[in-house]
Amino acid sequence: MGILVENVYKSFGSFQALNNINLEIKDGTIVALLGPSGSGKSTLLRAIAGLDNPDTGKIIINGRDSTHIDVKKRNIGFVFQHYALFKHLTIRQNIAFGLEIRKIAPNIIKEKVNELLELIQLSGLGNRYPSQLSGGQRQRVALARALAVQPGVLLLDEPFGALDTKVRKELRTWLRDLHDRVHVTSVFVTHDQEEAMEVADEIVVMSQGKIEQIGTPADIYDHPATPFVMSFIGEVNVLPSNSPWFKNYPDKLTSDVFIRPHEFDIQTELNGSNTKAQIKRITHLGWEVQIELILPDNLTVFAHVSKEKFTRLNLKTEQFVFIKPLSAQVFNEDETAKKFVGYDFSI
Amino acid sequence: MLIKNVSNPDLKFTDKLPKFNVNWLIIISYLTLILIFPSAALITKSFSLGPEEFWRIATSKIAISAYNVTFFTALFAAAINGVMGTLIAWVLVRYDFPGKKIIDGAIDLPFALPTSVAGLVLATVYSNQGILGKFFGIFGVKIAFTRLGVFVAMLFISLPFIVRTLQPVLQEMEREVEEAAACLGANEFQTFTKVILPPLIPPILTGVALGFSRAVGEYGSVVLVASNIPFQDLIAPVLVFQYLEEYNYAGATVIGTILLLFALISLLGINLLQQWSRRYAIQ
Repeated sequence: MGILVENVYKSFGSFQALNNINLEIKDGTIVALLGPSGSGKSTLLRAIAGLDNPDTGKIIINGRDSTHIDVKKRNIGFVFQHYALFKHLTIRQNIAFGLEIRKIAPNIIKEKVNELLELIQLSGLGNRYPSQLSGGQRQRVALARALAVQPGVLLLDEPFGALDTKVRKELRTWLRDLHDRVHVTSVFVTHDQEEAMEVADEIVVMSQGKIEQIGTPADIYDHPATPFVMSFIGEVNVLPSNSPWFKNYPDKLTSDVFIRPHEFDIQTELNGSNTKAQIKRITHLGWEVQIELILPDNLTVFAHVSKEKFTRLNLKTEQFVFIKPLSAQVFNEDETAKKFVGYDFSI
Repeated sequence: MLIKNVSNPDLKFTDKLPKFNVNWLIIISYLTLILIFPSAALITKSFSLGPEEFWRIATSKIAISAYNVTFFTALFAAAINGVMGTLIAWVLVRYDFPGKKIIDGAIDLPFALPTSVAGLVLATVYSNQGILGKFFGIFGVKIAFTRLGVFVAMLFISLPFIVRTLQPVLQEMEREVEEAAACLGANEFQTFTKVILPPLIPPILTGVALGFSRAVGEYGSVVLVASNIPFQDLIAPVLVFQYLEEYNYAGATVIGTILLLFALISLLGINLLQQWSRRYAIQ
């Protein structure tokens, strides 16, 4: 059960959009396809929906090989970024569309539509037209329309991409709650890591038509499998392996070293193995402060400190401070990750 | 004909904007001079005949026959173009093919071509000696200098109205809406009848109404392609001209007034149609 994608390839001309995709999405979970634009995430979603056909490979939905089943027979729910509501139909008629196609009795349709209108909290607005609704409301209607036909899987293509930040945040929480109630296997595409982390049970990170890593949000952040995931999820400083910080490292470093901005210890006084650095710029990010530092070998790193610590240390631009990484991550040649913690980073 | 009030209702004119008083005076004088005054003159002149005389001329047998030829032929031509124009607009928007730009540009030909030239071309091509006239002659169908000729001329001049009204609407249509319908289980036919066609009906009707009004008003090409014989293929605008040639000013103004009233009514109808077509687009 759930969705199984096996050895799927898809190219558009000379562009390889999907390159040997293998993926299992467990029944009843909600999974995010996360990646930059052009990573193939939307193509994969459209292939699962049947809107695009893969060149080779198999797509099995709820135990049924759906590779060659037409989109209209796949019984999927699809939510588009720009809603794709039928503008000439009222909200009720939009939601009822799939049910009418299925020739369900009118009284049952009416009941079902009422139920869904309640679910999307738009009970009073059933007779309005889509143009009379806000973006967030329209997207909820699109969701209700997709759910009305009781789809085997729910697919959402950048569902909140066209909405402003506040509405997007509200809808995220709402979608998560909705999924906890409806439990339909769901896949959504996003380029927003925060959105993926907040909504998804599992995240599939994609880049250049390939899957980079599959894992829970915590997994992906704490144990990134590849340099791409490390730099795509969360902010990171990338330092060359020949930087003096790593000269005492016992093994030979073959790749760049990745350090998260919050993994720095900053002091105003020299304390053992700290490195002297100068503050170039201070940026207030809300609940933390980003400090841009210049190291002795002219490397620039970004460090994040809490507002509380920032005030306590009374940091100023051009001031000299002493910094030390608390942990760092390297990737070996075979791309296996290796984290080194508690190592002496003295220069 | 298509000028609509598109001013933004949220936009309040403040003191900072230049005053428009002088401009209004110019606009009103201009409109009076070229629109209101001539129309009013025509109506006054025809009404000065008295209601009975007006009614007699307006409903004379020759006039009724001319309205009949004009309105029904125009309606039929506009309706045919409602279908053909929609197809052409669809192909021009949805498909790419060599020479598309040329065909797209050629749609406007009836707008740009002097109507007498159109009439001349149609009369030549569809006459007994013309290429198409000969072809249809084989089946015993005579086109030029018959009511069919009037019909062909009206087809020619009303086509761009439907195509040009529909093109922007088709361009704005999201393909995703069709994909959404397919995801919900609709087959191609259902997608067409339930999703694509309904929002197209108002613009098609608007295009047909515009084409119809234009066909009713057509003179230059019809006068050349028809034989202009009363009770056969004489249209109302040509009847006005014939009355004038006979120095029958009363007759000309009465028929002219009827056509003017018709134009006003069809304008009203087109505006109502356009409002209706935007009924679900109000914010």
